[in-house]
Amino acid sequence: MALLTVHEALMDAWRTFKGDKWKKEIDVRDFILNNVTVYTGDESFLQGPTEATEKLWERVMELSKLEREKGGVLNMDTEIVSTITSHGPGYLNKELEKVVGFQTDEPFKRALMPFGGIRMAEQACEAYGYQVSDEVKKIFTQYRKTHNQGVFDVYTDEMKAARKAGIITGLPDAYGRGRIIGDYRRVALYGVDRLIEEKKKDLRNTGARTMSEDIIRLREELAEQIRALQELKEMAASYGYDISKPARNAHEAFQWLYFAYLAAIKEQNGAAMSLGRVSTFLDIYIERDLQEGTLTEREAQELVDHFVMKLRLVKFARTPEYNELFSGDPTWVTESIGGVAIDGRPLVTKNSFRFLHTLDNLGPAPEPNLTVLWSTQLPEAFKKYCAKMSIQTSSIQYENDDLMRPEFGDDYGIACCVSAMRIGKQMQFFGARANLAKALLYAINGGVDEKLKVQIGPEFAPITSEYLDYDEVMRKFDNVMEWLAELYINTLNVIHYMHDKYCYERIEMALHDTHILRTMATGIAGLSVVADSLSAIKYAKVKTIRDENGLAVDFEIEGDFPKYGNNDDRVDAIAVDIVERFMTKLRKHKTYRDSKHTTSILTITSNVVYGKKTGNTPDGRRAGEPFAPGANPLHGRDTKGALASLSSVAKLPYEYALDGISNTFSIVPKALGKDEATRIQNLVAILDGYAQKRGHHLNVNVFNRDTLLDAMEHPEKYPQLTIRVSGYAVNFIKLTREQQIDVINRTFHETM
Amino acid sequence: MNGFIHSIESCGTVDGPGIRYVIFTQGCLLRCQYCHNADTWEIGKGKQMSVDEVIADAKTYLPFMQASGGGITVSGGEPLLQIDFLIELFRRCKQLGIHTTIDSSGGCYTTEASFQQKLDELLQYTDLILLDLKHIDDKKHRKLTGKTNEHILAFARLLSDRNVPVWIRHVLVPTVTDDEEDLRRLANFIRTLNNVEKIEVLPYHQLGVYKWKALGLTYPLEGIPTPSEQLVEKAKQILGAK
Repeated sequence: MALLTVHEALMDAWRTFKGDKWKKEIDVRDFILNNVTVYTGDESFLQGPTEATEKLWERVMELSKLEREKGGVLNMDTEIVSTITSHGPGYLNKELEKVVGFQTDEPFKRALMPFGGIRMAEQACEAYGYQVSDEVKKIFTQYRKTHNQGVFDVYTDEMKAARKAGIITGLPDAYGRGRIIGDYRRVALYGVDRLIEEKKKDLRNTGARTMSEDIIRLREELAEQIRALQELKEMAASYGYDISKPARNAHEAFQWLYFAYLAAIKEQNGAAMSLGRVSTFLDIYIERDLQEGTLTEREAQELVDHFVMKLRLVKFARTPEYNELFSGDPTWVTESIGGVAIDGRPLVTKNSFRFLHTLDNLGPAPEPNLTVLWSTQLPEAFKKYCAKMSIQTSSIQYENDDLMRPEFGDDYGIACCVSAMRIGKQMQFFGARANLAKALLYAINGGVDEKLKVQIGPEFAPITSEYLDYDEVMRKFDNVMEWLAELYINTLNVIHYMHDKYCYERIEMALHDTHILRTMATGIAGLSVVADSLSAIKYAKVKTIRDENGLAVDFEIEGDFPKYGNNDDRVDAIAVDIVERFMTKLRKHKTYRDSKHTTSILTITSNVVYGKKTGNTPDGRRAGEPFAPGANPLHGRDTKGALASLSSVAKLPYEYALDGISNTFSIVPKALGKDEATRIQNLVAILDGYAQKRGHHLNVNVFNRDTLLDAMEHPEKYPQLTIRVSGYAVNFIKLTREQQIDVINRTFHETM
Repeated sequence: MNGFIHSIESCGTVDGPGIRYVIFTQGCLLRCQYCHNADTWEIGKGKQMSVDEVIADAKTYLPFMQASGGGITVSGGEPLLQIDFLIELFRRCKQLGIHTTIDSSGGCYTTEASFQQKLDELLQYTDLILLDLKHIDDKKHRKLTGKTNEHILAFARLLSDRNVPVWIRHVLVPTVTDDEEDLRRLANFIRTLNNVEKIEVLPYHQLGVYKWKALGLTYPLEGIPTPSEQLVEKAKQILGAK
């Protein structure tokens, strides 16, 4: 290799690849569209696990068991601050692993990541009986400021109060924001040297004239990006690989790509560290090797299995509070599979099957977060295979490619759960969510928090009537949302300014174009509670029950009212209106780095915590009870069957919630049909129908409630039981008991 | 035109081909001992819905129906008790290209001219009938349902003569409807029909028992278990079900 010139190396690596544009500039999409081999056949070509795969997975299961027995963490680093090059190589079994690399020098050892906040890092260690070394503590309190400290230096009293009351909550102000997807494919396709060269060119072209604040920032960021790319090479070298040049075969492509991703998860403990859209890209390398006779199908599957195994072993040190918010130790290594190209070709390859097939070869698992970009135009055989694997494992989520493609093109990926973004061309400022159910209570109580009993919102006249009047409530609710939208955007501006400053994603941004689209990704929690509450006020009579200070602390409903989740326009229209209203208000406010306003209707598992922090609501929900997750109807209120429930959610306007609308769907097997073939056919039809109705996202769970009840009592019997919660999957036995109960109480669609 | 509706299920997967919009009508003449919808018996109760309302609601599920090869199933209760409503509903369905199915036990079938005339019209708009044959033995049928089976078998013959596609269903209840000799007689009867597309054995279940209790009724099959897999297989074999 040393004897080849750069040009020769490129010619060798790209020997059979077609297309020109991608060779001249960084353009992975163009490479894919020129070289993809679309596969429309069925799954019969798939191969089982090799002996090496089985041995490695056995070892993983042993270590997982040990980790569980030790209370959730096997080992933690307390001395070395994690950077791309901080640790020497780590292996599961060096002889057997086809894809190598761990975040630290041994598997299951969690890295120390204090740049988001030293307190968070300390608490994460302490929760599991470890102590961050005095040296590190000193550095990050006396000499090196963290993101968390920066944010709290700037937060206003009002922001702190809103945060404490939980009207804005889950904010990434003490932990890494995540939800940024590096285009890890670039490293495989171009090699690191070429990427450095491009970034140097961009640096030269930045700031030739006015040295304004934004130009200064960008130049500094570019310098950091270049440095991170150099470190990436160094890290790979420690494993014995030179990744300065493009990958020459499938094995190298998997390894190069994984090193790039590994660098990101060594540098950042982001809430969601998603992978992007790599399977079809990697298929191009596999296809070439298969053609050239240097790889067999069995070896190809082994590569996929070993790669996916690594993705399943991404670990972060997190606090119990964090886990309460986002339960089950999720990392959101989201991989987007399938979809359709703008030219109409499905982007389904054999590798789309191979990735889903890992659920067979390694058993079900929550990670990577397998996300099928569903289109009614996908090949039928692939649709059926997805449905089959969903029914078998409950480990797949679906997002409507027909809805997203017009907005995001055909080379976007999903970050976290439902956030679409063009790979390498777009990132988001993750903004957690505003609790609109609480905002509704503020409207009734004049801005006084119903739990803390203090003034949080602006002081205005509360509603004093015995029975609530719809128009009066709406008028006041509109005002509260107006206040909340401004405060919310301002709070996020603070957070992301500081995150850029103190906890910048160097390697992830190095794998983006220099000039990108940024979104300010807000979120809404409690949508179904608000819709049902307003429906109750409008269609039934809602009487207030007040405490000694006149605060409305409970409500009595007289009469029946339409409930969200039954495909009833009277209430569904209210839900739609709330989304449009809130989004319109958010857009009024200036965002950090002129990011584009978006919102999501997604709670992850935090619907439990938000519910806990919110008092009795006018829909009859009791104080402390969980909200429905995401855009779901509240459990038990959707009584007209599964499709009525889906149809209500599908009405929510995606154009107003471009950061995603999450819906979690649980159905018992026999409600899907009498036999396996019928179940597969019906699930495909449900997904096609939901896509046509412009529904955005669907988590699909197929099992009986009894299975979960048994798993609660006998977790040891279900080490791999996976369920979809809200935009991601979890290992059921890793949920807190409270969350397990929440999941069990959700609507399981059954038919009589 | 209004119908008396007990409830609507938007995602039915067991009452006809594909995914079905299932309308459970209110009112039935039979009093089957194993009925799992005893709350649909009483005539004249339930929610009144117009054909327009039902069609407007059902239409929103067209994408699911089309993707699955499904349609609308009217179940009950006994749908034929509201034949005027059914005619109007199915006429409208056919205008929209929706596949129509009736899930009936034929309990109110008569040879009366006015009923026959209406049935003629209804069958023009009906793609499939799920016909429940509860017992071939008249005496046992009376005990099980409170009514003779003569007119039900006559209904089955009429459908055969008219060539209306039919799925025959038989609920298998241990000790009540599982006698081998009876099953063979039933099989012989089914063989005389020339319109049968499918034969289904439905294993008895107790999921509807709570409704009897809620209605203050005594459940007559208390203590009778659900049939074993072998029993179901055997019945399927005798009846030629797949």
